[in-house]
Amino acid sequence: MSALPETKALDDAPSFSERLSSALFRQEGVLVLIGIVALVVLAFGSENFLTVDNLLNQTRFLAEIGLIALPMTYIIITGGIDLSVGAIVGVSAIMLGVSWQNWGLPLELAIVVCIITGVIAGLVNGLFIVRVGVPPLIMTLATLALYRGLAEGISESRSVRGYPDWFEELGQGSALGLPTQLWVLIIFAILFAVVLARTTFGRSLYAIGNNELGARFSGIPVGRNKLIIYSLSGLMAGIAAWIFVSRTTTTRSDYGSGWELDVIAAVVLGGTSIFGGTGTIIGTMLGIVLIQLLKNGLALTGVTSDATIVIIGSVLILSILINNYAGAIFGALTRRLRPTQRNP
Amino acid sequence: MAATAQPLVQAQRSRPASRFKLSSLLSQEVILALAIIIIIVVVGSVNARYVSERNLTSIFLGNAYIAVAAIGMSMVIISGNIDVSVGSLIGVLATLSGTLAVNGVPIWLSWVIPVFAGMLVGAVIGFFVAYLKIPSIVVTLGFLSILKGGLISITNGEWIRDLPDSFGLAQERPFGIPMPVYFMIVLTILAALWMRYSATGRAIYAVGGNKEAARLSGISEPRILMTVFILNGFFVGIASILFATQLEIIQTAVPAGVELLIITAAVVGGVSILGGTGTVIGAMLAAILLSAIGSALVFINVSPFWLRAVQGVLILMTVLADLLRRRRNQASLKG
Repeated sequence: MSALPETKALDDAPSFSERLSSALFRQEGVLVLIGIVALVVLAFGSENFLTVDNLLNQTRFLAEIGLIALPMTYIIITGGIDLSVGAIVGVSAIMLGVSWQNWGLPLELAIVVCIITGVIAGLVNGLFIVRVGVPPLIMTLATLALYRGLAEGISESRSVRGYPDWFEELGQGSALGLPTQLWVLIIFAILFAVVLARTTFGRSLYAIGNNELGARFSGIPVGRNKLIIYSLSGLMAGIAAWIFVSRTTTTRSDYGSGWELDVIAAVVLGGTSIFGGTGTIIGTMLGIVLIQLLKNGLALTGVTSDATIVIIGSVLILSILINNYAGAIFGALTRRLRPTQRNP
Repeated sequence: MAATAQPLVQAQRSRPASRFKLSSLLSQEVILALAIIIIIVVVGSVNARYVSERNLTSIFLGNAYIAVAAIGMSMVIISGNIDVSVGSLIGVLATLSGTLAVNGVPIWLSWVIPVFAGMLVGAVIGFFVAYLKIPSIVVTLGFLSILKGGLISITNGEWIRDLPDSFGLAQERPFGIPMPVYFMIVLTILAALWMRYSATGRAIYAVGGNKEAARLSGISEPRILMTVFILNGFFVGIASILFATQLEIIQTAVPAGVELLIITAAVVGGVSILGGTGTVIGAMLAAILLSAIGSALVFINVSPFWLRAVQGVLILMTVLADLLRRRRNQASLKG
C-alpha cells in the first residue's frame, strides 16, 4: 500500500492528473463496453431479462450494496479497507427490530437508532484506525466478528416481523416511476461524486492514498478525514440496513453476511485501485450495475445463486489483474514517451 | 499491506535472537496458558460439570482442527499476509475426503488426497499473491466465494452419509487420547522448531518484518510467499481431514465463521498483526482458550450467541496490547 511514494512525488502535477484521467476513462469505457456485451448476451439467454420491469426491479437489490459502495470507494482510495460493513448492516438491522419490538420505541425512533448504531460502529472503526494505529484490515476484521456477534447476541438469533405498511414504502414503494430506494441511491451517489471530485476534502483522499506522509506534511488533516470516511461507511451501512429491513419486512441477525465481498468487488471493478490513490464514484456505480446485471442475468438463465458467487469472486480477482496490467502497460508507454523522467 | 509502520522498529524486531523479543513472546504464551487455567478453575468452581473429564476432553478436542489450521495461518500472517478463504477450503476438502471414501477409494488415499488438494489451492493463491502481486486479502476474498459457491452449487448442501467405519480418523483414541490432540501437538511442535531454526522459517519472519532488508539479504520474497501459502494449504488440508472424520456424517457446507476463528487463534496467540513476529505455540494455546471460553459461556448460563462478540473483543484486546508493546519498544529504542 505504501509502495514507492518517491515515484509518485516525482511526477509533476499536470502529467499525473493527465495520466490519472486517461487511465480512469479507459476503465470506465471498458466497463460500459462490458456492460453492453453482458446485456446483449444475457438478453439472448432469457427473454425476461431485458424488460423494463425486470431491470427496474433489479435496482431494488443494488441500492443497498450501492449505498455502502460509495464510502467504500473513499476508503479504498485512501488505501484502507472496511470488511465490517456487512456486520454493521446486521447489527443496525437488529437494533432497529429490537428497539422497536422489545424496547417499545416508536418505529420512527427505531429507525434513528438503526442509523446511529451504524454511525457509532463506523466511528469505533475509525477511532481505532486513526488514534491507535490499528491497520484497517485487522480492525475491521475484528469488528466484523464483534458486530456480527453483537447482532447475534442481542437478538439471540430471533427474527423480528410485523412491520406496519408505511414502513415498507421505502423498500417496496415507488416515487415518480422509480423504486424509492433508487432515488436514495441516486441522490447519495451524486453527493458522494461531487464531494470526491470538487471539494478539498475529496481531493485530500487521493493525496492520502498516494502518499499519506506527504499528505500529512502538506497540512491535510489525515486523521480527521479518515475518521469521517469510516463513520460515513457506518452511516451508509445503517441506511442500507433500514432499506433492507423495509424491503424484506423482517429483521435477522445474519443480514448483510458476505456483503463486503460484493461491495469491494464492485469498487475494484469500477477502477478504484486496491492500493489506493485512484478511483471514481461513477466507476463504482458502473461496477455495482455490472455485478447486479450479472447476478440477475445468470439467475434468469438458470445459473444458481451459489454459482453466481463463484463468478463474482473470479470477477474480483480478474478485475484487479486487469487493473494491474493496464497500469503497467500505461506506465511503460509514458516512460518511453518521456525518457527524461527519472525512474527508480 | 501493513508496511507503512515505522521502519526503525521493524528493523529491530526482525533481529531473530533479540533477547527482548524472546521474553515478550514467552509472556504471551504464559498469559494464554494462565488464562486457560483461570477459566477452568473459576468456571469449574461455579459448575463442577465444567471440569468433568468429558467436558475437558471436548474443550481440547473441539478446536484441535482450528489449532492445526492456525499453524498455517500464523505463517501467513507472520509473512505480512492474510487468508480469509480457509473456512471455505476446509468445507471443500472435507467434502472431497468424504466423497472419495464413500466411492470406495482406499481410506488412506481419501485422507491424503485432500491434503495435496489443499496444497494445490495454496499454490494457486500463493502464485497470485507472490508473482502477480495482488494483495492477499483480495485474492483470498475471491477464493472464499469461488470455493464456497462452487462447493454448494455442486453438492446442493447434501450431507455425506454411510461413511466407511475405518474412515473416522479423528475418532481414534490411541492410548486413550483422541487422535486430533496428537496431530495438534506434534504439528505445532514441528512447525515451531521449523519456524525457529530453519533458514526458510527465519526468512518468513524477515519477509514479514522488513521486505527491503529481506530482499537485500538475498531472500527471494516470491519464493518464500509461495512456500508459506503451500504450507498453509497443507495445514488446512490436515485440519479438514480432522474436521471431516470427527462425525459420522459430513455436512457439505462451509462451516460458518471458521476463518475468523482461525485468524483469531493466530492473532490472539501472539502473531503480530503487522507481520514479522509470533509463534505457532501461542496459536495453539489460543485455539484451546477460545474453546474453553465457548464451553464456559454455556456453563455460566450465557447464551452461546455471544461467543462471536467475545471473539471480536479478544482480537481487539490482543491487537491493542501488541500495538502498545510496539510503542513501548519504539520509545525505549529512542530513549
